[in-house]
Amino acid sequence: MRFRLNGADVDIDAHPMRRLLDVLREDCGLTGTKEGCGEGECGACSVLIDGDCVVSCLVPFAQVEGCSVTTIEGIDAEPLQRAFMDEVGAQCGICTPGMIIAAATLGANPTRQEMQQALAGNLCRCTGYEAIFRAIRAAKRQGGAPAAAADAGR
Amino acid sequence: MPSVIEHAVGRSVSRKDGIGKATGRAIYADDLSFPGMLWGRTVRADIPCGRVRTIHRAFDESGFTVVDFRDIPGKNVIALIEHDQPCLVEQEIRHATEAVLLLAHEDRERLLAARVDIEYDARPPVLEPERSSVVFKHIRIEKGGVDAALAGADLIVEGTYRTGAQEHVYIEPNGVIAVPENGGIAVHGSIQCPYYVHKALVTLLGDAVSHVRVVQTETGGGFGGKEEYPSTIAAHAALLALKARRPVKLIYDRSEDMVATTKRHPSIVRHRTGVTRDGRIVAMDIDVLLDGGAYVTLSPVVLSRGTIHAAGPYRCDHTRIVGRAVMTNTPPNGAFRGFGAPQTQFAMEVHMDRIAESLGMDPVRLRELNALTPGDTTATGQVLGNDCSALETLRRAVKQSRYHEKRANVASTGRGVGVSLFYHGSGFTGSGELRLASRAAVELTDQGVRVLTSSTEIGQGTRTMHAQIVADALGIPYEQVEVAQPDTSRVPDSGPTVASRTCMVVGGILQRAAAEVRRRIGDAAPGDYFRANGPLRVEAEYEQPEWIRWDDDSYTGDAYATYGWGCNVAEVEVDPVTFEVRPLRLTAVVDVGKAIHPALAIGQVEGGTAQAIGFALLEHVVMRDGAMANGQLTNYTIPTTLDTPPIDVTLVENPYPGGPFGAKGLGELPMDGPAPALINAIRSVGFDVREAPAIPEVVMAARRS
Repeated sequence: MRFRLNGADVDIDAHPMRRLLDVLREDCGLTGTKEGCGEGECGACSVLIDGDCVVSCLVPFAQVEGCSVTTIEGIDAEPLQRAFMDEVGAQCGICTPGMIIAAATLGANPTRQEMQQALAGNLCRCTGYEAIFRAIRAAKRQGGAPAAAADAGR
Repeated sequence: MPSVIEHAVGRSVSRKDGIGKATGRAIYADDLSFPGMLWGRTVRADIPCGRVRTIHRAFDESGFTVVDFRDIPGKNVIALIEHDQPCLVEQEIRHATEAVLLLAHEDRERLLAARVDIEYDARPPVLEPERSSVVFKHIRIEKGGVDAALAGADLIVEGTYRTGAQEHVYIEPNGVIAVPENGGIAVHGSIQCPYYVHKALVTLLGDAVSHVRVVQTETGGGFGGKEEYPSTIAAHAALLALKARRPVKLIYDRSEDMVATTKRHPSIVRHRTGVTRDGRIVAMDIDVLLDGGAYVTLSPVVLSRGTIHAAGPYRCDHTRIVGRAVMTNTPPNGAFRGFGAPQTQFAMEVHMDRIAESLGMDPVRLRELNALTPGDTTATGQVLGNDCSALETLRRAVKQSRYHEKRANVASTGRGVGVSLFYHGSGFTGSGELRLASRAAVELTDQGVRVLTSSTEIGQGTRTMHAQIVADALGIPYEQVEVAQPDTSRVPDSGPTVASRTCMVVGGILQRAAAEVRRRIGDAAPGDYFRANGPLRVEAEYEQPEWIRWDDDSYTGDAYATYGWGCNVAEVEVDPVTFEVRPLRLTAVVDVGKAIHPALAIGQVEGGTAQAIGFALLEHVVMRDGAMANGQLTNYTIPTTLDTPPIDVTLVENPYPGGPFGAKGLGELPMDGPAPALINAIRSVGFDVREAPAIPEVVMAARRS
């Protein structure tokens, strides 16, 4: 099946009902997308499909045909990634790829409420979210403009 | 060597593991794959008590590896404090998720589809700790004459307080991969304590392997949930791998992880406290009951920390604390951040507010009158030094949060405000550190030095903070210090990564090892010295401060080398229709001795506070027939961004002279205070809540009018 993955056209032969999460991790070797719960509650497996943040554990592979999929390995969000390092937005790191994917959908200078809403589907057990908000504020202030990540296809 | 090097300690330097985590390149257990690898699966009992009568394998066994207790070459136990927990059921079943059979196959679909039918002779289980007659551990702490002091008190306040089980919900579930290698076995996995796993495997496998090697992969959170349980998963994976002679990956899905692994011990704590009319505590009589679950595991030491902390950070000449951890037919409860202290301090702190209510006194004033100060003694008779900061954290938190102003406005705003004062002993209890005799090493590399410990990075910043301590002890740039991956074939046993000991205790050993390296190489840069003189490795061992005295029999003396101190103020809104509690703000003032890395330290406080908010308000383990009935994140809810209020953290640095650069333990302290502060805030708006989690049903039932 053909789709765009991190900006490149790919053709992957996998069962249409397999979880996108498994196809990305096992068939494409992209292990940056994590499985935390397998039931769409934790957001660790978040990826962008045509710019929308979705949980890849609930997406059958067939659904991404012709779509553009962006994972942590391909996202253009360097200021966010740097800010997650500088502000200690990552502790154990298992939620971090999903958090960065979700945060990438935010515009410039987000309010606390906007960040809470955008990340409401992403659980973190380490930080209490404060350091994640600090990282996002720092990154979104630096760039000023919305991150290019929303343009998943690049 | 440059003459001026910026100190690393006290600065929020870049995390050693930051880049890997922010880019998704960090490798966790499930990201690893080995040639010829099979998938593993655990078949569990599904009754809480009884005996196995027959096991019927109702599947085509071609390509399967099947393991039962007869395949265990050594002892059929998961070695920990006691050898009572079997690795695999022989006949007796003590809880509903005990492992009976292990399966492995290269095709996951076939593995999951394989049906095993087990017939049992069931017996009635004991599910309530109050009804258990099997006591795993009994502890008695006695100071002064409690009964006489109670008789002489102006007022006696009594109460019973309960806390429920809590699931860790590290976002990465438990998992390991066992790999046969050169006649031995290697286990790679999500592990807090590599040497615990090592000990368990050596006991289980005996002479059947030439060696056991345990390697920690990047670990997606632990909180105690990966302290003792990985020994069981590693044991299962290793048995399968040895029988199949192929690598076996055994990763739990979320549901299996929630249902089968350990939880925080549920508690019932009873208080009888004698006070004077002017608010001085004259006698405390405390009874602590912990539900240990089906096997001993860590319950004795959880009980130990729980009872020692049960009298809170308060001065009282006449104190009796009696603690029991008992058996029930439920999965063993285990280590969870705070290790008994959050349960007992919850009871103490809610009880303090009830004493204040009985006296008609402000809760802060009551705490000010009774808080421990330097020179006072704790329940075990430990005389506190100048590193005691109870009053300072209380006063700063009250001021910072504008507690009094908000408390005065509760009636007009409908918003409650509550306070808690707490402390947490750093490191192992009593003589525990002496018995552990932990070791850590520093060795030269051509770039600088390498830190060798079995302390694991599980998110809290072990690598970064250890590298900072070693860099400053050596006087070299932080960037020249690398930290070895914990691999039991390469690193010494630094003890487990638990008990708020990784910075204070292991960091202290590393500081001494680094100082010895510096003495030996003089002013030479480590890299230059290595190139000129070859390898140099210095290993140091824990040295107990001379003044520490502890008696395990009478439970008296210096229970901990030092304590972290903290105060929380919580503000809440209670929905008058649904009885949901919305936390509005948490203020945390905590004394950490010295913040080696301020941003990491603040992160520990914020994260621990959020975890405690879940413990207080949301996280309700529903047990049915001896097993967790809500083992999904859909109906066991932890705080999301929308449930977590702003957390306002202030660090106090009152140094402990025996810690590296003055550092005390920190990881667990933030778990102790938020739950009682939140419940006290709910109490302030008119609900007589005495338990956690205060889910809406509990709050509704506690209406006072």
